[in-house]
Amino acid sequence: MMSDEALCQQVVKTLAEEFELDPQKMTPEATLYDDLGLDSLDAVDMVVALEKEFGMKLTDEQALRSIRTIDDLFKFLISIKNQ
Amino acid sequence: MGRGATVSLKRVVITGRGAVSPYGLGVDSLVDGVWANRSAVRRMPEWERIRGLGSYLAAPVPDFDAKSLLPRAQRRTMGPMSVYSAIASKEAVADAAIDDEMLTSGRVGVAIGSTTGSPTAYEDFYRRFLPDEAIEEIRSGEFFKIMGHTCSANVCLALGIEGEQWSPVSACTSASQSIGLGFLLIQAGRQEAMLCGGADEVHSSVTGVFDVVRAASCRNDTPTATPKPFDRDRDGVVCGGGSGVLVLESYDSAMARGAKIYAEILGFGHVNDSTHIANPHESSMARAMGNALADAGVASGEVDYVNAHATGTELGDVAEATAIGMAVGNTTPVSSFKGHFGHTLGAAGSLETVVLLEMLERQEVIPTLNLENPDPRCSDVQLIRNIEKRKLSVVVKNSFALGGVNVAFVMRRV
Repeated sequence: MMSDEALCQQVVKTLAEEFELDPQKMTPEATLYDDLGLDSLDAVDMVVALEKEFGMKLTDEQALRSIRTIDDLFKFLISIKNQ
Repeated sequence: MGRGATVSLKRVVITGRGAVSPYGLGVDSLVDGVWANRSAVRRMPEWERIRGLGSYLAAPVPDFDAKSLLPRAQRRTMGPMSVYSAIASKEAVADAAIDDEMLTSGRVGVAIGSTTGSPTAYEDFYRRFLPDEAIEEIRSGEFFKIMGHTCSANVCLALGIEGEQWSPVSACTSASQSIGLGFLLIQAGRQEAMLCGGADEVHSSVTGVFDVVRAASCRNDTPTATPKPFDRDRDGVVCGGGSGVLVLESYDSAMARGAKIYAEILGFGHVNDSTHIANPHESSMARAMGNALADAGVASGEVDYVNAHATGTELGDVAEATAIGMAVGNTTPVSSFKGHFGHTLGAAGSLETVVLLEMLERQEVIPTLNLENPDPRCSDVQLIRNIEKRKLSVVVKNSFALGGVNVAFVMRRV
């Protein structure tokens, strides 16, 4: 199974490519909307990109909506990986 | 306004030009390519695998790096045609020296049309959707590339424009309808200025539409020698891509700003032939030109040049030549730019007007590239064969489209 650290690195790489972001700015505390400039359409595409990258289904809408920072996203994906 | 009150129509002028064309980005590359008599048509070897397609020719916009010109947040909802429109619009606004305050005031609107939404985006969507009817992995921006008003919506967003947003969608008359609409809106005082034009992109399915009705050129081994408008040996259309955008503005606004004025739009004619969905109709073409001249208050004898729609089809070229003879006369110089950069469809009316405005600037007439042996049935007009110095003041621009649409407008050098 992929380590948590490797997963986090892969998340940063995937989103940096998808949204043309600078990986240096994708710190754990960076907020997706305010700091990284994503919006509601990007949130939809983020789920599509992550599902494709990790071959997992992200269907918990409530949990997805509560994600504010990169770290929130890491924790959410790690919890799914470990299920 | 009380009953019987007279409405004073505003004069409308052109103060900015922008282009993304088969020659590349910018008005300069378009103008340089045309004045060099250089063909922008090339063979499309990747189309040879398409069963039934006989035409492997196109005049595509050369590859460029859109990332360096538009931020991702704007590009994510743009197919190629919207990218072209946004770049051309920015160039036109800069050329007109319209500042941000005016641009975002609500007094400036947009009318940019195209044949359809982006065919490239359609292909991407249906490649994913059709094999197993799945929409997984479809990105959120796809619809916005496909919708009919993709160009004008994306241009408004990219430039912060809050005025009227229109998208005349009528295939090959989209840009000329947009110019006509902008003319009417500014005349009526609804908008101070309008970004007007059209866009389209090269795609095998688009060329395929013409091939199906046997109207596409199939001279695949001699790409730069076709299309051949008005020539007895023409064999059809070559499709191109790009976007032309013009800034139309009230004369009062342009004068108050001290803007450079390329030309005044004097009149607009727009009729349907209501005869056949595909075949050209010469008396309706003549009626469009006649209406434009009447709207302009210009006599046919005052016209110094007609820029023909002529795409290189037998039916279309002969009908148009006959119509010009009927509406304008047989001594007025005529040429078509389709031989240079193909038929850019929804962009044709505006890209060709960019070149026409340059003709007014230089007082030179551009001939029809690839015209070697004029069809005797096109002898009702004075076909230009070389770049000629001419006194050019009043000019007519024609655009015609499948669906029976016939558009003409009249401009005068100011």
